Amino acid sequence: MAIEIEHELSAVGLSKVAVSDTHGEDSPYFAGWKAYDENPYDESCNPSGVIQMGLAENQVSFDLLEEYLENHSEATNFGSTKTSGFRDNALFQDYHGLISFRKAMASFMEQIRGGRAKFNPDRVVITAGATAANELLTFILVDPGDALLVPAPYYPGFDRDLRWRTGVNIIPVHCESSNNFEITTEALEAAYKEAESKKIRVRGVLITNPSNPLGATIKRSILEDILEFATRKNIHLVSDEIYSGSAFSSDEFISIAEILEARDYKDCERVHIVYSLSKDLGLPGFRVGTIYSYNDKVVTTARRMSSFTLISSQTQQLLASMLSDKKFTENYIRINRERLKKRYEMIIDGLEKAGIQCLKGNAGLFCWMNLSPLLEESTKQQELELWKLILHEVKLNISPGSSCHCSEPGWFRVCFANMSEKTLEVALRRIHDFMERRNTVKRNNGL
Amino acid sequence: MRLIVPLQGVVQGRGGLILGSLIPCALFYFLQFYLKRHRSPPRNPPSPSSSAANLSELPRSSSRANLTTRGSIGLVHVSARAKAVAAPNDSPYYIGLDRVREDPYDEMSNPDGVIQLGLAENRLSLDLIEDWLSKNLTGSILGVGGNGLGLSGIATYQPMDGLMEFKVAMADFMTEVMGRTVSFDPSRVVLTSGATPALEILSFCLADQGNAFLVPAPYYPGFDRDMRWRTGVDLIPVHCRSCDNFTLSITALEQSFNQARKRGQKVRGILISNPSNPVGNLLNRDMLYDLLDFARERNIHIISDEIFAGSKYGNEEFVSMAEIVDSEEADKDRVHIIYGMSKDFSVPGFRVGVIYSFNENVLAASRKLTRFSSVSTPTQQLLVSVLSDKRFTQEYIKMNKQRMRSTYDLFVAGLKELGIECTKSSAGLYCWVDMSRLISPYNEKGELDLWDKLLNIAKINVTPGSACHCIEPGWFRFCFTTLNEKEIPIVMERIRKVVESCKPPM
Repeated sequence: MAIEIEHELSAVGLSKVAVSDTHGEDSPYFAGWKAYDENPYDESCNPSGVIQMGLAENQVSFDLLEEYLENHSEATNFGSTKTSGFRDNALFQDYHGLISFRKAMASFMEQIRGGRAKFNPDRVVITAGATAANELLTFILVDPGDALLVPAPYYPGFDRDLRWRTGVNIIPVHCESSNNFEITTEALEAAYKEAESKKIRVRGVLITNPSNPLGATIKRSILEDILEFATRKNIHLVSDEIYSGSAFSSDEFISIAEILEARDYKDCERVHIVYSLSKDLGLPGFRVGTIYSYNDKVVTTARRMSSFTLISSQTQQLLASMLSDKKFTENYIRINRERLKKRYEMIIDGLEKAGIQCLKGNAGLFCWMNLSPLLEESTKQQELELWKLILHEVKLNISPGSSCHCSEPGWFRVCFANMSEKTLEVALRRIHDFMERRNTVKRNNGL
Repeated sequence: MRLIVPLQGVVQGRGGLILGSLIPCALFYFLQFYLKRHRSPPRNPPSPSSSAANLSELPRSSSRANLTTRGSIGLVHVSARAKAVAAPNDSPYYIGLDRVREDPYDEMSNPDGVIQLGLAENRLSLDLIEDWLSKNLTGSILGVGGNGLGLSGIATYQPMDGLMEFKVAMADFMTEVMGRTVSFDPSRVVLTSGATPALEILSFCLADQGNAFLVPAPYYPGFDRDMRWRTGVDLIPVHCRSCDNFTLSITALEQSFNQARKRGQKVRGILISNPSNPVGNLLNRDMLYDLLDFARERNIHIISDEIFAGSKYGNEEFVSMAEIVDSEEADKDRVHIIYGMSKDFSVPGFRVGVIYSFNENVLAASRKLTRFSSVSTPTQQLLVSVLSDKRFTQEYIKMNKQRMRSTYDLFVAGLKELGIECTKSSAGLYCWVDMSRLISPYNEKGELDLWDKLLNIAKINVTPGSACHCIEPGWFRFCFTTLNEKEIPIVMERIRKVVESCKPPM
């Protein structure tokens, strides 16, 4: 007994960051992944396994990427020629990033916006993924203890990415189904007042456009209102536009860059855009993210801080090649949008046939599904019960709205782009059968 | 803020009030003067500064995006952390690197440019890797790597702390490069985008804001950034002296620890680099055991940065902290090792670093934190391919050591001819050069004067000891692995010019 106590006393201590649970990996959002990992669906080997619909990954256009990479090995591999530039590339650790890569990223971002906004390669800061970009911006724009306003429902990862090491708070800006979860100035003001009452200083608003988990783009007038709000309060506006290339139609996505362009870049020094190739190009493994800031000081600072999260020079070179191939990118962007639209229509259709409604969406790799009619009581507990039921009985991993901080229980995010069409059909059939069973039970109970 | 903290440190502990105020002030004024003389126009982003009246006449085009916001920069608040980071680089280490970036030496196109001897980069053996790649990787990147999974293998979400195959490959490589005296376990390998974030992650995990690490000085200037910038953690230098050949003394360590305690500052660990940077010493077995004892008695951590383990050109043996812990069952929990592919394997651009820890809780926290600093999957697959060829890696390690040895010998001989001595070092990509007789006055100002002459007259970028927190003035770090044989005489000639002008009159 005495020995045990001694050992405990002598255990060497760790920091608060290390022992905190702000990483959030104990939430249902991540627990569902565990269930999937233990019993993953496979068409041939495990047809009754859990289908992963909680991961926003884009696999619908892999064939286009594969084709490009197969046919352009000289651009993507060092091995083919002696004077391949391997040496210079392997030594290149400049945090400015390869100029060719920054140019290619800037031009790709322009293409996605149909040329309606211009991007200067010198304002592009590279990071190893959007996760790192969001954290970096938070370190730069917000002091520990201060807050960011984030419209809810929002991506569950933000709780970790924006708060864990930075010591910053998130104040959710509540959006309601009654107006399609659109962000209103009233809601922004309410959140700001909430912060004030808690004596917390608000330093910025962080929006995701197109929205995760809603799967919808933000209207022009609302973007203008948000910018106006940020200007009035003299705070920053971070626009995470990671799904910009996944809007089903190019005209429906309006970037904050376009809003700025239209007003002559007035007040632009408070605006920063986050982008990544993890969703639009389906390359999350490459770890490619960028911060685009209109504020010189932020650009300089972010660039220096990016030393902690640089992109492999090999990957930069590969992508510089691929993204400056305008024919490839135009074709890819167009076909990717079409396929995502088709998938979206397929899932909406299937869910409707099962008697389930979704929010009208026009972008992203997921839809925002309304199962609130299925809840006996409109509570978070009921929502989590339903989520567990769907996970263990229907064997689908979907994301409950509560993990996205949605104020109304019963909404779920369902991803549709990380699987084949066949698998999606299987998932839809399971949902259909589940709803049938429920209706049968209801009828039998005379309800 | 950044300037105040080091000033506080000097005033409170070492050097007394007078020295503590005078030297930093002198340094501060000198650097301001230096910066005024040498400030180059800000390069990023390019922007014409037009008056408000003209702007309305400019056509709407991309130039709009280039314009600096007229006078409204900084009206919106940025964090205190950002302000500190955005401050102009005041360390000669970074100023020198910037100068080379602006005016790099090139044999053909810029023979009068600045020669880089301030970045510990190994250019001696890249041809070996290039050769291997040209023979073995001729297809597309889809075919690279262990599993032949095609695009899914490299494109989709993978574990943030690295592919299992890559962990295995790195563990094997570490075992090989450190002399096969200890076997590294892949399940203790956490991969990060370079050693820089590896250090920062450990700093976040082992210490709270305001806590400190003891660091033998002189030390790598980058530690100040990696360990402190965003973590709020402090570094306390433990000074080593030339009379001891700059080896660490446990007594000095003890003194620093006690002084910190008196100040009310909690020391959470010791950060050692072995082989050491900038001196190039190897810590011997006895010292490592003493360090472990010291850490145990005070219940603190040890971070052993072993990133130069394979860059050994002398005959002394390299002993990893892993080997020490191997024979001691208890105490593993406090030992953490840093490694990476930027030095021994010459691929700093690929961003590959390793945290190797014996503490399960640290591993768990580090793994989660790698999401902010993960290694690109195609690069992991490429390296898995190369590192799986054990014959090649063994050959590479051997040849690299030979080339380092011959370059080191040539370089040191060249300096000797100029009457300049170095410490006897056995590893690292640099040598620690004694130019104390050439500086005047014999203090930091004299040292920075010489550094300035070397940078702007001789046009070679070297790192002055003060940037490494060396307590004795006049020492400089010269990296020699960025040079080929032809360039050594050129460097020596340039140094000669400056040295001649510095020699005290007869």
